[in-house]
Amino acid sequence: MLRKPLLALLLAAALHPALAKEAAPVAADPVAEARLMKLSSELRCLVCQNQTIADSNAELAVDLRNEIREKIQADMSDAEIKDFMVARYGDFVLYRPPVKNTTLVLWAGPFLLLAVGGGILVFNLRRRRQHVADPELSRDDQALAESLLHTDSTKETT
Amino acid sequence: MKAWYLIPLAIFIAMLVFLGVGLKLDPHEVPSPLIDKPAPVFHLQTLDIPSRLMSSADMRGQVWLLNVWASWCSGCREEHPVLVEFAKTRAVPIYGLDYKDQPDDARRLLDSMGNPYIASVSDLDGRTGIEFGVYGVPETFVIDKAGVIRYKQIGPITPKVLHDTILPLVKKLNAA
Repeated sequence: MLRKPLLALLLAAALHPALAKEAAPVAADPVAEARLMKLSSELRCLVCQNQTIADSNAELAVDLRNEIREKIQADMSDAEIKDFMVARYGDFVLYRPPVKNTTLVLWAGPFLLLAVGGGILVFNLRRRRQHVADPELSRDDQALAESLLHTDSTKETT
Repeated sequence: MKAWYLIPLAIFIAMLVFLGVGLKLDPHEVPSPLIDKPAPVFHLQTLDIPSRLMSSADMRGQVWLLNVWASWCSGCREEHPVLVEFAKTRAVPIYGLDYKDQPDDARRLLDSMGNPYIASVSDLDGRTGIEFGVYGVPETFVIDKAGVIRYKQIGPITPKVLHDTILPLVKKLNAA
């Protein structure tokens, strides 16, 4: 009994233009929104520096997301949009900065430290091996040591 | 081989030096890529007379300061008296970019705290701010006669910055 009026009501609601409009902005262009999210998650928000523009709710991040959204709608490529950001805010906005003279230490530094640490480790291990191989007791020393050990152990047992 | 014992100490001292220097650096001061590049062009309505537009091209041929400010920004209130005092010396014309602000609030601030600007323009939607790479007001740009950005101050202008950095630069640019 209840079913048919309910169905009609649902149908009417679904077809109602105002309701259809309300949901529109979110899913306006899923492809563009996905691109926006992907792009802005690689860009640093300069106000709160450890957040991406995608994550941040800072006002500047919101403005920059709108800026990027417009650029996507204007058919600019990802590289062009990134260049736009770098031209204004510097390489610092990129979470993956390019390899350049100024960023060389950043990219090569960890490997350099690893090489230095590894070198020190190898050097120390070699030295230690030499130390272990070193002591060769003469026959007299050996006898002396044995007698000492012997007397010690007899003393202890008595 | 006694010297070996000094190595951890040497590393420790080197770390202390690096950390000490790091303490004095401000991570919020990101060097602007716009230095030595032409200042972005803007056409914006002035704060005093919204019907009148002002363009950055109008400033060609003179060295000028562009101070990005807003009535909602506490750092701007901090630097405002410094700017007002500085404007009295007439060393260099100061123009304001009122960033994402309500013009009424901005006018009220200028009325109560003094107006150091030859003129201010309203950047209502923050677009011009983005063009200038603004990320934290207040910011101040020194722009030369050819319209090229020569210096950017991030954060409030202090009397020290004014006398050690901005004034000598303005003099040099005016002589050029």
